[in-house]
Amino acid sequence: MTDTPLSLAEADSTLFARLRRWWSGETATPVKRVQFDRPLTPWMFLLPQLAVVAIFFYWPSVQAVTSSFYLEDPFGFGATFVGLDNYTEALTSRGYMSTAAFTAFFCVVVTALSLGLGLLLAVKADKVIRGAETYKTLLISVYAIAPPVAGLIGMMFFDMHMGPFTQIAAWFGHDLRVGIDYWDTATALIVISVWKQIPYNFIFFLSGLQSVPVSVREAALIDAKSGWRRFCDITLPLLAPTAFFLLVINITYTMFDTFPIIDVIVKDKPANNPMTLVYKVYLDGFKGNDIGGSSAQSVILMVVVALLTVLQFRFLERRVHYG
Amino acid sequence: MAHLSLTNVGKTYGGSAQPAVADVNIEIRDGEFIVLVGPSGCGKSTLLRMVAGLETITEGEIRIGERLVNKLDPAERDIAMVFQNYALYPHMSVRDNMAYGLKNRGERKAVIEERVAEAARMLELRPYLDRKPRALSGGQRQRVAMGRAIVRQPSAFLFDEPLSNLDAKLRVSMRMEIRKLQKRLGTTSLYVTHDQLEAMTLADRLVVLNGGRVEQIGAPLEVYRAPASTFVASFIGAPAMSLLDAHVENGQVMLEGHALAPVAHAAGPVTLGLRAEDLRLTSGGVPMRVDHVEELGAQRIVHGTVGDQALAIIDTSEALLPETVHLGVAPSRVHLFDARTGRRIETATQPVAVPAE
Repeated sequence: MTDTPLSLAEADSTLFARLRRWWSGETATPVKRVQFDRPLTPWMFLLPQLAVVAIFFYWPSVQAVTSSFYLEDPFGFGATFVGLDNYTEALTSRGYMSTAAFTAFFCVVVTALSLGLGLLLAVKADKVIRGAETYKTLLISVYAIAPPVAGLIGMMFFDMHMGPFTQIAAWFGHDLRVGIDYWDTATALIVISVWKQIPYNFIFFLSGLQSVPVSVREAALIDAKSGWRRFCDITLPLLAPTAFFLLVINITYTMFDTFPIIDVIVKDKPANNPMTLVYKVYLDGFKGNDIGGSSAQSVILMVVVALLTVLQFRFLERRVHYG
Repeated sequence: MAHLSLTNVGKTYGGSAQPAVADVNIEIRDGEFIVLVGPSGCGKSTLLRMVAGLETITEGEIRIGERLVNKLDPAERDIAMVFQNYALYPHMSVRDNMAYGLKNRGERKAVIEERVAEAARMLELRPYLDRKPRALSGGQRQRVAMGRAIVRQPSAFLFDEPLSNLDAKLRVSMRMEIRKLQKRLGTTSLYVTHDQLEAMTLADRLVVLNGGRVEQIGAPLEVYRAPASTFVASFIGAPAMSLLDAHVENGQVMLEGHALAPVAHAAGPVTLGLRAEDLRLTSGGVPMRVDHVEELGAQRIVHGTVGDQALAIIDTSEALLPETVHLGVAPSRVHLFDARTGRRIETATQPVAVPAE
């Protein structure tokens, strides 16, 4: 238990164990009380952090919630209170619902693929002995690429005139038209998003695998002949804390952090391209100048993500064993 | 239950010229308790892991029963292993930990339940069957690890320093329990330890290893009374046997110019081995300067020097010691070793027969 990646995994598992305790209301360790001479001193220490949270999180949130009840003049001359109109309009519009459907689909596919492939690569990399360092570095290096750059690189691969993927598709008789055909664009978005996220999952899964004690693996080797059985019964349950952490992170990634990739792919393209809810918020608000509508959308999104996270902790996390 | 035979077993790791284990020949009878003992890095764990199938065998043959197991997977060797750090599955209950191996062998449910219940009864684990390992103490975890081995009813138990993670008191009681359990089950056992006391108390026969080679195989008392080499002499017994440069003259062992005891050996330099518990303080004899005394209550260990060679004596008296004491030894308790090779020299005055246990 000496490797650095291992401490990463430990750190996140303890963080989640603490979150879980917080959620279930237990306090394992009694709260340590620190005494200050003056009552104001602790607040002084907290002030910078509180200011950051307030300015960059609460203030915009409050702004979003307020402006979601108003219909704003495109040129910023005034706003009219319209109640829940913005919400009903968003939730009943076909465009919004189809974007929501695509977001859900995108979220499931990208999370499943990037978790699955990340785990597969980690399991394989864990077994590599010769050249392991090079192998790992090559796999991880993609993580260092900024999302917009990843989008650009992906765009070159999927380019309609000279992209190698377009050429490969052409060999199979498919005319790949990313940015024009809905599902072709969707495929490109998924491929690039998954590619970008695999290294992250790989790092965590690999460190998770390496934190499975050698003797436990050896005990399993004596208890079960089939490698697949050992993986399912021993390795996978021991990876569960890592996997749960990654699931939460990956869903957040697909919902929010794929923005730059989507932007690179669909920007300046015809209007019928697939996009996620976050991108639509940006598009309606800043390209469509509909601040009220876009605020309503972002509030809906906030609620959905909060619900999703609560559900994950409530139901899935119960099955996770923290070592 | 089966006998175990190791024939010319050796292991050389890739990229290393020096073998980690070499030329090991051991025949283990059915139901015998064999302890592999030696300092760290002597290859004892490697040897055990080769029997378990966790290390490949590069030379020789290992047979469990009549089966050659060199190429078999660990799961197919019909062995059970108890690890130093227990190696319990942290996400499984005590019951599942014990049952897991049986489930994978396709054992019937009723059989599994019966065996787990039996093992739990034997090891007094019944109240803990539904607990996870992390809710157990070290001693209880070690019991679960033993239970996991017992339920398999294997041909052989392999123990890899199973007690070294426990505190001293628990270690003594677990040691006795392991011995009792093994006697009762009659399962052939191979046990690795670096603790010579554990080795002495557990073993039917000891295998003393040094640098990947067998130094001596024998019953604990046999090894204690007639160590085959200076290495074994210094390793088995506590405090360690004092080894001194001496020579034989006119049928007497001479230590720093003083005659110690008569021996039947040709004149010349020898390594003299003296156990602290065999030495007596006498009025005449070899003079020793007292350096310091370790009081142990029932006895004391007197450390001193003869000439410039260190020596230890166990003394049971409570008298104040003078600066220089004189010591003597029964001729039958003198050990002689070849000064060059370190191998034991048998002399006529030493007891040849070792009483049966």
